[in-house]
Amino acid sequence: MTNPSPDAAPEHLLRDLAPQVLGAVIRRFGDFSAAEDAVQEALLAAAMQWPSEGVPDNPRGWLIQVAARRMIDHIRSELARRRRDAEAVIKDPPELQILPAPDSGVPAEREDTLILLFMCCHPALTRSSAIALTLRAVGGLTTAEIAHAFLVPEPTMAQRISRAKERIKASGEPFRLPSDQERTERLGSVLHVLYLIFNEGYTSSSGRDLQRADLANEAIRLTRALHHVLPGEAEVTGLLALMLLTDARRDARTGADGELVPLTEQDRLRWDRHAIEEGVALISDALPRGAVGPYQLQAAIAALHDEATRAEDTDWPQILALYGLLKRMSDNPMVALNHAIAAAMVHGPRTGLQLLEALDTDKRLAGHYRLDSVRAHLLEMAGDHQAAIEKYQRAAGRTASIPERNYLNTKAARLSAERRS
Amino acid sequence: MKYMLMMHTPREGWATAGIGTWPPEDIKAHIGFMMQFNKELKESGELVGAEGLAGPEAARIVRAGANGVPEVTDGPFAEAKEFLAGYWIVDVDSTRRAHEIAARASAAPGKGGVPLNMPIEVREVMSAPSVDL
Repeated sequence: MTNPSPDAAPEHLLRDLAPQVLGAVIRRFGDFSAAEDAVQEALLAAAMQWPSEGVPDNPRGWLIQVAARRMIDHIRSELARRRRDAEAVIKDPPELQILPAPDSGVPAEREDTLILLFMCCHPALTRSSAIALTLRAVGGLTTAEIAHAFLVPEPTMAQRISRAKERIKASGEPFRLPSDQERTERLGSVLHVLYLIFNEGYTSSSGRDLQRADLANEAIRLTRALHHVLPGEAEVTGLLALMLLTDARRDARTGADGELVPLTEQDRLRWDRHAIEEGVALISDALPRGAVGPYQLQAAIAALHDEATRAEDTDWPQILALYGLLKRMSDNPMVALNHAIAAAMVHGPRTGLQLLEALDTDKRLAGHYRLDSVRAHLLEMAGDHQAAIEKYQRAAGRTASIPERNYLNTKAARLSAERRS
Repeated sequence: MKYMLMMHTPREGWATAGIGTWPPEDIKAHIGFMMQFNKELKESGELVGAEGLAGPEAARIVRAGANGVPEVTDGPFAEAKEFLAGYWIVDVDSTRRAHEIAARASAAPGKGGVPLNMPIEVREVMSAPSVDL
């Protein structure tokens, strides 16, 4: 045992090791579901023991050994339960001691992280269960931490995770990388789940519960790990860049009283320069490589915002061009809304308002507060304050977010006060 | 997304035709349904919380009086057409799923096993703001 150095963060070490340990245990015993439980127990044991006893010399080996013992216990109890048809459970009883050489099989470890991500983001799972399972199996978070992050009771989260594992079992997914044909689609699911985890953390950082912001960090960490395994996948690089460039603005996004501060009014000195530099470098590296996808385009847009020292220096023509590309690539009404904003910034609010008219008939946006709030902003820009007030108020009534409702009501109230004075 | 599903019960006839006046086997079936329903929501990993509320007879309205002293009154239940009998909070992937759950709750068996088809008010629980303003 070595003494823990003050800067060694056992929590991060544990989370980084989680997918490697799980991969090793699954390779040895099969049974993803039971292996995942065993690894979770090993991680909990480490979290209890390591702070007082010190981090072992071979932490990965330690975790694999503890998880393997749990697996053997599990298999024994299964065997006892199904004594009569024991041969169906396991052919070769495993030996009790498993001591892998330190740092053995590095390529396999990387591959394991990737296989686990593909499994946990299986298209057969609901979004919320894929998110929960990814955070636990790949992210190494405990069920309690995940439950806390999503503000649901721990038994509910435990149930969600165990249902997800049942579904994966039922899908018959083998523990290996998907075929080349499936790969692009499956990678898309993985990126989407990571994106959702990031959003959950990023958007809630203004809320009363600061711990939820950890989800944004967790998403960045997992995407970084994926980028490490697949450095040539431009969309993975794009997503990592997008997260860093968006997260760089997190602190500036809320004011002293937790109120929302829109991009144009943010104190840009509070933006995280290191994150911006890293994000810009990543996206600059990915874009010229050819296969441009939606995450890269969104990252490029975020980079243009982040690089403007003042809001009025923003390169809106370039942003408009990028939203144009994005709009052609994905049929997403939210993209069309942002495209209309960019068009308004370049060609004036009337152009933006005309573009919004095409969205009035889009069923996916029917009754969505964002259409009202964007229209309100553009009407305000156009000087039609009375109409803007009505749209702000309507948007405030429709949003499901308290900070957003406060923001929209305040906008309406300010315009009303101006009209009276 | 989290939703609160509120079960409203008609005020009129609560005392004369409410659950307390059903035959015991119907009450048993109704309670059995609710227990099974909650169990399913727990098992699907969607249940955040659920409570049944005591009858409206004991309900009180409280307002802050002078110096914040609670002023407690009985009313105005007589005028209310419906009262809140209980609620669920669920965490689901879509509005559609919330509606499905609400419809199942609505069809809880009543007297003679006939579905009550009671109104379930579905309200989204306020959450974090979206990414962009």
